[in-house]
Amino acid sequence: MAGSPTVSQSAGLRAWLLSSEPGSRWQARLGRAYLGWRSFSRNPLAVLGLGIVILLIFVALFADFIAPYSPIVGGDLRTQRLLPPSETYWLGTDDQARDILSRIIYGSRITLFVIVLVSIIATPIGLLVGTLSGYLGGWVDTVLMRITDIFLAFPRLVLALAFVAALGPGIENAVIAIAITSWPPYARIARAETLMIRNSDFIAAVKLQGASTPRIIFGHVVPLCLSSVIVRVTLDMAGIILTAAGLGFLGLGAQPPSPEWGAMVATGRNYLIDQWWVAAMPGIAIFVVSLGFNLLGDGLRDVLDPKAAK
Amino acid sequence: MLDIQNLNVVFGTGRLRVEAVKNVSFTVKQGEAYGLVGESGSGKSTVLRAICGLAPITSGRVIVDGKEVTTPRTKDFYRTAQMVFQDPYASLHPRHTVDRTLSEPLAIHGVKDAEARILQALKEVGLGPSFRFRYPHQLSGGQRQRIAIARALILRPKVLLLDEPTSALDASVQAEILNLLDDLRRQLGLTYILVSHDLAVVAHLCERLLVMRHGEAVEETPSDALRSGLATNEYTQSLIQASQGFTRNSSSAAA
Repeated sequence: MAGSPTVSQSAGLRAWLLSSEPGSRWQARLGRAYLGWRSFSRNPLAVLGLGIVILLIFVALFADFIAPYSPIVGGDLRTQRLLPPSETYWLGTDDQARDILSRIIYGSRITLFVIVLVSIIATPIGLLVGTLSGYLGGWVDTVLMRITDIFLAFPRLVLALAFVAALGPGIENAVIAIAITSWPPYARIARAETLMIRNSDFIAAVKLQGASTPRIIFGHVVPLCLSSVIVRVTLDMAGIILTAAGLGFLGLGAQPPSPEWGAMVATGRNYLIDQWWVAAMPGIAIFVVSLGFNLLGDGLRDVLDPKAAK
Repeated sequence: MLDIQNLNVVFGTGRLRVEAVKNVSFTVKQGEAYGLVGESGSGKSTVLRAICGLAPITSGRVIVDGKEVTTPRTKDFYRTAQMVFQDPYASLHPRHTVDRTLSEPLAIHGVKDAEARILQALKEVGLGPSFRFRYPHQLSGGQRQRIAIARALILRPKVLLLDEPTSALDASVQAEILNLLDDLRRQLGLTYILVSHDLAVVAHLCERLLVMRHGEAVEETPSDALRSGLATNEYTQSLIQASQGFTRNSSSAAA
């Protein structure tokens, strides 16, 4: 592809990464990561998904530099209201004469905030409950799984509505409500994996070395459950984004004038026939990001969870 | 070194009650290799698992290195007795490098010079330092079993419990592992308890052996008797005969 020195250099790097006799912990780890990346990048849709997610992160980080206009303060209400997409306003303007592109760009921050917060809250809870319940068994298992069942029985959106009604509308409360309802599936997955792992010889071996129960759970069981939980979390991201947007649409998530995508669709509803872009543009953004996470999750599953692969 | 008195192991209750081991007693002297032989389901592995705490001791006494074992086992016990499992494909953590696998017992027991101990353990089992950062999937079955042996030996135990250590391996690799175990026993003065259904393996490695059937001890015999085919018990005789493979008897040859 490139000049010959680059080729030989990259070949050398590849050989180093794929070495069957790694010289250090880091080389072994990087080699493993490289192998994972190689099978991941063989799937073009997964790479597309990763690209979308990276783009989302990039846009959210650099919104101040990318966005051409302010997301909150609109232009002249007499002349710049509800303009169709043009060279000055790439995605048109809304009823407050605000540039929709800028609002979508800033809105990516809210979306990312929701995703990160939900996964930071829900993943550890699910993983901990699942591995503890699976590994310890007995009454711990019974109690934890019944609690999980209770949370699983809550309809997500209705609980979120109740939560927001009790604590007041706002994106933070919406996040808490979503997180509370999304950990039970992770606990179930982690428990199922743990049940398979806990009777294996390598766990018996580390038990016979005198390892304590926390050491076995966190050092030996959790790392093996982690990959399938991560896959599930990534696949759930789309649902989380949609729930957050749905709450925004109902006016219970982010409050105006904050540029939340669901709330933007809600405003666009009034102009759906004549000024379609007001609702369609944030709708497309929600669609693309959800699709990106789904594709990424599918690709990750093929890499991390060889059992589920075709 | 090891004294088992009237060991009983019972799993389950009521209709599901299974008496896996019934009244088994034997003693093993320091530096001796003792074999437990029997067909599948004879309870030989369960005896081993009961000694190290993976199976419950329903009644009877297990005395290791002069001390009766407690449930749960103490850290001291794990420093005295270690186990090597049957299937090296299942007994190594798939996401841990050799280095991590070997350093885990050192970390648990707070051993200081981990670096040197790991390299020495690798050397003892005939693997070079180049194997240190490999993952199990980068190793062959025989190499994995060597790592499992290194892991068992890294805490310098006095007793090694071997649960069919070669039955998952190819015939040529089996011999290598058996020779390695034999050498290690002599070098480190270890006491072995070897469980196997393969009489040849037991006869090769052990001085004495116990034949088990349906959870009961049938006969204790020196392995010389096995080699010369002079066993007193009928069941032992039939095991020896079975191990010699299929022989066409004269009547069927005539037909």
